Amino acid sequence: MSAPQPVLRTTPGELAESVAAGIRQGGRLAALVASGRDNGSHVLRAILATAGRLAVIESSLSPGVEVYPAVTALVPGATWYEREIHDLFGLVPRGHGRLDPLVLPLADGAARPRPGASGAPGAVDLAVAGLPGHVTGEGVFTIPYGPVRSGVFESVQYLVETVGEEIPHLRTRVYHKHRGIERRFQELGMDDAVLLAERVEGTASVAHALAFCQALEALAEVTVPRRAALVRVAHAELERIVTHLDSVIRHTEGAGQAVANARLSVHKERLLRLRARLCGHRFGRGVVVIGGVSGPPLIAPSEAVGVTTTLERALRADLDALMSTPSFLDRLRGTGVLPAEVAGADGAVGPVARGSGIDTDVRAERPYAAYQELGFVARIGSSDGDALERQRVRLDEIATSFELVRHALGTLDDRDGPWSAEAVLGAGTVVTSVEAPQGELLYLVESNGTALVRVKPRTASFQNLSLLSEAFRGDIFTDFVFIEASFGVSIAGVSL
Amino acid sequence: MPWVLRGLRDGIVTSGYPRRADGYGIGFRGAVRVLDPEPARTSGLPELCPTGAILVEPAEAPTVRIDRGRCILCGRCVGTRPDLFAFDPLVEVATSSRRALVVPETPEDDDEVLRIRVQLARRVRALRRSVHIRHVDAGSDGAEEAEIAALTGPIYDLERLGMFFTATPRHADVLVVTGTGTTGMADELRRTFEAMPDPKVVIACGTDATSGGLVGPSYSAGGGIWELVPVDVFVPGSPPSPFSLLHGLLLAVGLLPAARRSR
Repeated sequence: MSAPQPVLRTTPGELAESVAAGIRQGGRLAALVASGRDNGSHVLRAILATAGRLAVIESSLSPGVEVYPAVTALVPGATWYEREIHDLFGLVPRGHGRLDPLVLPLADGAARPRPGASGAPGAVDLAVAGLPGHVTGEGVFTIPYGPVRSGVFESVQYLVETVGEEIPHLRTRVYHKHRGIERRFQELGMDDAVLLAERVEGTASVAHALAFCQALEALAEVTVPRRAALVRVAHAELERIVTHLDSVIRHTEGAGQAVANARLSVHKERLLRLRARLCGHRFGRGVVVIGGVSGPPLIAPSEAVGVTTTLERALRADLDALMSTPSFLDRLRGTGVLPAEVAGADGAVGPVARGSGIDTDVRAERPYAAYQELGFVARIGSSDGDALERQRVRLDEIATSFELVRHALGTLDDRDGPWSAEAVLGAGTVVTSVEAPQGELLYLVESNGTALVRVKPRTASFQNLSLLSEAFRGDIFTDFVFIEASFGVSIAGVSL
Repeated sequence: MPWVLRGLRDGIVTSGYPRRADGYGIGFRGAVRVLDPEPARTSGLPELCPTGAILVEPAEAPTVRIDRGRCILCGRCVGTRPDLFAFDPLVEVATSSRRALVVPETPEDDDEVLRIRVQLARRVRALRRSVHIRHVDAGSDGAEEAEIAALTGPIYDLERLGMFFTATPRHADVLVVTGTGTTGMADELRRTFEAMPDPKVVIACGTDATSGGLVGPSYSAGGGIWELVPVDVFVPGSPPSPFSLLHGLLLAVGLLPAARRSR
């Protein structure tokens, strides 16, 4: 599979400048990841994405060194990454400016989980009392929205700073769901770790298993059988259809489109049932294994193609009707505008980026599985950047995904052969990427050949949620539901 | 106007469950069953399971049991030892006793289940005709929320059963909790529970909420929400299917028809 990335080594003092130079040459900061070592040292890795490949800039902090010059000072897109690194490792990026706790608020001097180091960290006490949260000023107040909200939502807290109805500023608190996933990966063997990857973001189970398995396959230097790659595409695209549809359903709920909401819910349920018929699980868990897939589809591919066609026709009719319903479109048009220059500079990914006209889709930029063979072409939206454009991008992608599912299943041949290649745990460090329904998903995996030393999933949800507050420009409370739904973030993937 | 006609297009799509069994259960992998509880060879069985759901005890007369409260339905045991384990097309997996999730059950378990059920039935007698539900996510992976949301759609349609999601804990009778019980949600979960009027019922939704699953316990995730609030009904699954959730809700408020009350 994909070869390990080129690695540029630099000193902590020059890390920020190296990242900034990479961005000047057309790269995008895709992640900034730290790893702890048992001797108290740390490794910082910046991952830069360019059209064709990922590159790593690596820098080591000696034991006892806890301060380094902030990357954020030169590259604003690193803000959330350095806040996360501060929470998990206690490292202090000097010159960061706003180092508020993000994923795990701990008291100064408290022991940190330090993923990458061995041993089992003790239970943490959260220090939430001192968190900044209130604005001051005449007539300005803060409304805490969440973490428990009315309705069925994942736990997240938005602090809405307002003078009445407009939302000039929004803060996001994401630590409530922190589960210690990154440390948990290190405690598992590689097969069990795939099961954990499926549970990082439950609505992107296939994408996570795929990105993680691709990393292990790269380390083991094995090639996935062609038909396994086709099955992977089929399941990944079904997952995308369901997740995009879920975003549309949330929009209809917010707009009070009761009939559309009910009908789209039925379509979604039928799609989940098709997935269960194909593999035994409504969310496609258990399909992707290291080296391939767990086995052939449980129903004949030709039957699945037939069901898919019927489902798409019914769904398309309702979606077309929805997109010509003025009372629905009016709520989305001009709502939650994420300007193209912000989306580009701060590294938006997935439908959020494409809805602002940014040309980025891992399936086209760095093709994996069978996307190249299937002739995938990315669909990019206009630079409107509003909730409506993000919705249009998703609807276009649903159509593309149906095509890919049919094409992948229709191309499966009946000849005998393995559904997966044998793989043992290789040694080394590798970064892989897939296009999850929410956008670009990265996995950094480091192995010493006998155990996983460091596994870091960087989800699209993390990347895009950091931009949510940028999309509130003159919007009011009643727009909130659309802006949130159009970002399509899974909170489970933000604070791991 | 077009939406009115569109809404009538497919006729009735709503399930007849629980009055009738639903055909969707057929072929769906809802639970793992032990085919042979006393096999000749039991070595290596507990290690087979990534979440420790395979129990082999006691040492003198080993019996193989599955703890459905720990099982994440990955199917590794079914694939490796098809002589001992099989997927069961069973969606009615909810129980009112944590011990009864360990199958096959022992006679003592049956007694305990009966005792707990009688107590629960007495407590929820007043709720049956109108039940209001509050959901709290205490560290799920997000899939449980998707399945709970499906309950409000036309196919499962909770409201036909007199059940509604409510916007405030003050109006809630049933607390549905997902996730392992993370440190960051512990206070919020307790406060929601305390804000609910009596009588109240708590449902642990999913394997993570029941036992921590593959994720917990960790430095910030719990080993199930029973560590934080008293649980009345456990619905295992990763995530539990909507029918399993319906089963759990009906079991919680004593609305399950007698024929479906096997557990």
